[in-house]
Amino acid sequence: MTLDKVKKGQSFKVVYIPDEMTRSQAIRFGIAEGEILMCEEIIPAGPIVVRKERQEIALGRNLCKSIDITTELN
Amino acid sequence: MASHNHNLTLDINIPAGAKKVVLAGNPNSGKSVFFNYFTGMYVDVSNYPGTTLEISHGKFGNDVLMDTPGVYGISSFNDEEKIARDIILSADLVINIVNAVHLERDLFLTQQIIDTGIPVVIALNMLDEAEKRGLGVNAELLEKELGVPVVPTVAVKKKGLEEIKDKLSEARKGKRISVLKNIITKYMDRVGTEGEALLILEGDPVIAARHGVEPDNLREDIYLARRRRVNQVVQIVMEEKQVKKTLSAQLGRLMIRPVTGIPLLLLALWAMYQVIGVFIAETVVDLMEEVVFEEIYSPAVTNFLSRFIPEGTVFSEILAGEFGLLTMTVTYVFGILLPLVIGFYFFLSLFEDSGYLPRIATLVDRALSGIGLNGRAVIPFILGLGCVTMGTIVTRLLGSEREKRITIFLLGLTIPCSAQLGVIVGMLAGLGYQFALAYLMVILAVFIAVGSFLHALLPGDSTDLLIDLPALRIPRVDNVFKKTMIKSYQFIKEAIPLFAVGALLISTLSLSGLLERVQIWLTPLTVGWLNLPAGAATAFIMGIVRRDFAAAGLASMSLAPVQVLVSLITITLFVPCIASVLIIFKERSKKEALLMWAGTWVVAFLVGGIMAQLITLFSFVGESGSIMAAAISFSVTIVVLSTLCKLKYRGSQKVGAIPLGR
Repeated sequence: MTLDKVKKGQSFKVVYIPDEMTRSQAIRFGIAEGEILMCEEIIPAGPIVVRKERQEIALGRNLCKSIDITTELN
Repeated sequence: MASHNHNLTLDINIPAGAKKVVLAGNPNSGKSVFFNYFTGMYVDVSNYPGTTLEISHGKFGNDVLMDTPGVYGISSFNDEEKIARDIILSADLVINIVNAVHLERDLFLTQQIIDTGIPVVIALNMLDEAEKRGLGVNAELLEKELGVPVVPTVAVKKKGLEEIKDKLSEARKGKRISVLKNIITKYMDRVGTEGEALLILEGDPVIAARHGVEPDNLREDIYLARRRRVNQVVQIVMEEKQVKKTLSAQLGRLMIRPVTGIPLLLLALWAMYQVIGVFIAETVVDLMEEVVFEEIYSPAVTNFLSRFIPEGTVFSEILAGEFGLLTMTVTYVFGILLPLVIGFYFFLSLFEDSGYLPRIATLVDRALSGIGLNGRAVIPFILGLGCVTMGTIVTRLLGSEREKRITIFLLGLTIPCSAQLGVIVGMLAGLGYQFALAYLMVILAVFIAVGSFLHALLPGDSTDLLIDLPALRIPRVDNVFKKTMIKSYQFIKEAIPLFAVGALLISTLSLSGLLERVQIWLTPLTVGWLNLPAGAATAFIMGIVRRDFAAAGLASMSLAPVQVLVSLITITLFVPCIASVLIIFKERSKKEALLMWAGTWVVAFLVGGIMAQLITLFSFVGESGSIMAAAISFSVTIVVLSTLCKLKYRGSQKVGAIPLGR
């Protein structure tokens, strides 16, 4: 599934980020493919806020549609 | 060493035997406090070659200390990173400021700097804040893991700053991530330093081009390895004593949820309006402009000049006439602009330092995506309400040319600056709420419709929001003041020559009689199409120089209420002031800037005229009824049209992204 389908409070694993620039920037923030993150907040029709430890990132909804995730954590 | 400094770093004098010490850190890591403490008063601010970013440097004992923009890593992702990269690569040693509250994020840059092979000393800052959040960070363990000296600091309380100085002699190369150990030598025979070799491995196109080699493609592998290493280090050195649900975390949530975030934003904007729009724009500017400059300064200058140059000559007109370089320009810049700019930068620094700004961007992201922008664009728009010129400069932070284009045009077209806003509010105040409502509705509709049209018709795609939400904190007063002063100074420095050019231009037009002739040409437009008195043309001509001049010109005319509304709509949409136009020419290509300038003429007279005609058409329902009917029918029509246009040109892409039936 893609990141825009996540529910608030749900933990998930990042599977694939297609855009290279986004991928590199996300690694700097601690959000690499394979990492387990938590969905902190969903702004209605707007950005999704994810958290890894103490690091919070807001991602635009369109970007979320392109990011593959899974909720099976193992 | 010097022979390999052919990167574009600042041309500053480094005395023989002195070291070049560079301060580096993430945004909001507290770098400026260190810089001020270490360099004291002797600071030089210079323009970085090829950009308008300012870099500070100063004497640091026998060495030279250079500041860098706050970045999350060094590469070629944006201007700030490129500059930070070049300065860091040219350093003899780096003092890296690490925010203990954001260890996972900050240590990425730390590890990257260590990987460049440059000697490092780490200031582990904000330990008190980390403690408050239930986080313990072990500095000794961090020192052992990274292989460089780590000094615990609380910079705002001046704790640990002297120790940093003492530790400089112990600065050393740290432990590089293991994947690099064998490959770092790959480019060493072609480039001078390990740092440059690293960046070529990481695929940095700029550094590679400087050495005439192809960028490598190992960025992702290296980044991932670095991330894994950083996470490992954090695991070892950090202890989460207790998970605290702090007040700031809750407030941070409330700021981005629309239900609570929008009222909070409105409250913040209201406070801003009270301070800037009411206190500064009225009280302070009135005092500065009317008393200090018009009664004291200008007569003194005119008097002084008349001793050398006879009054009434062309030369004296240019220097001290109606649009005089020494009178009008100076009055504008210091009497009007400076107080307003200081006010705006004060709020911007407050928003920035507290961590509110990225949350506003998150909150409004959805709304701005409708006009092809992401949440970041809210920053130039907020600034534009203070001064359009300032907002235009700030569009540099946007992710694509397309976004800069849309934002700059909307700024020039629809955003009234605070000086103009003051006059507009004054003129609407006496007319009843329908007039204010109609004005707001039309301007907002034009903003949405023009933004939507541009989004639909401009090729390409805009970038998506990807923004770090730092922990909220109470802004530090000294930091906010310092930032406000530095930014205001930079702005004024850029604005002065532009205002001078504008004043010179308008003086020439006026003295040669061209100004009057243009007024006559415009009469059919003003009288026939806008239903305004012929004299209104003069106001528009003045509006080319400054829009609030035009508004003030209108205020001094006796206009019927309907005429006030039409003329205010027209003047708001009319060309931005000459300083803004010159900035637009600087930021964009000549062709594009010219197109934007011409576009604002067309849109302003088109919208103003249509409104005038519609009001006449609806006049059978009475005055306030006719203006509401005209405003509603016009606004709804253009917003619907632009939405249809967007569906036609952008709709096809959306179908792919969102399958039907959801």
